[in-house]
Amino acid sequence: MAAELLRESYDIQGRNFDKAGEISSEIKALLSGLGLDAASIRRSVIVAFEAEMNVVMYAQRGTLTVILSDEAIDLEIRDVGPGIPDIELAMQAGYSTASDEMREMGFGFGMGLPNMKKNSDVFRIETEVGRGTSVLATIRLNAHG
Amino acid sequence: MTLDEIRELLRCQVLVGHDRLGVEVTEVVASDGMSEILAFARSKELMITGLTNIQSIRTADIAGVLAVLYCRGKVPDKRVLDFAREKGIPVLATAMGMFEICGLLYAKGLHGVS
Repeated sequence: MAAELLRESYDIQGRNFDKAGEISSEIKALLSGLGLDAASIRRSVIVAFEAEMNVVMYAQRGTLTVILSDEAIDLEIRDVGPGIPDIELAMQAGYSTASDEMREMGFGFGMGLPNMKKNSDVFRIETEVGRGTSVLATIRLNAHG
Repeated sequence: MTLDEIRELLRCQVLVGHDRLGVEVTEVVASDGMSEILAFARSKELMITGLTNIQSIRTADIAGVLAVLYCRGKVPDKRVLDFAREKGIPVLATAMGMFEICGLLYAKGLHGVS
């Protein structure tokens, strides 16, 4: 078991488009300050940003937790929201249930979940309709050169 | 091509980063969808978009692109430009549409990422 070096949790407010993405910027600054490899930081922040945008767009609220060990960056995103009725469909690139407002923000083109999976070494999503969704993503340090 | 050559070719306004126009660009990522930029950019590209809100700069920062070029005559507000300045990302704007921009840059030997 890898030793946990750092754990930070952030609250995400649903529908707050104005602040959307600020947490991911904070996480980027946090990870960059630790001198981790740039590729792992980039992948982690892309996952965090897509997850944060999903919570803002679809859920009432959520939390994003970053856990750093000497082997990996783990991201846990748990929201209180509508859940996803068909995960297989939601994981398909291009599938989206976004509103015009979301698309005007530059999001909701059906790339969010596929992007998160692509940038993770381990990606797990659990959802319950009417309750919420949890995403657990692991990005191994130095695994991508 | 340098950013300055791109500025001249596309008749751009420089909104942020006048001192960074010597930066060399070889690859381009162009989309109004921020997730597409995040999916395809490998870092160090020129990002072309018609989306001028704060998320465009946030995406540019997270994707690690070299500079942002706004098309179709769109200019972001001051808050967005201040954010770009804070992140050290040069910002240009042109009246040209994305299709023309991409065509002209492609003809000059720049490549897209996919």
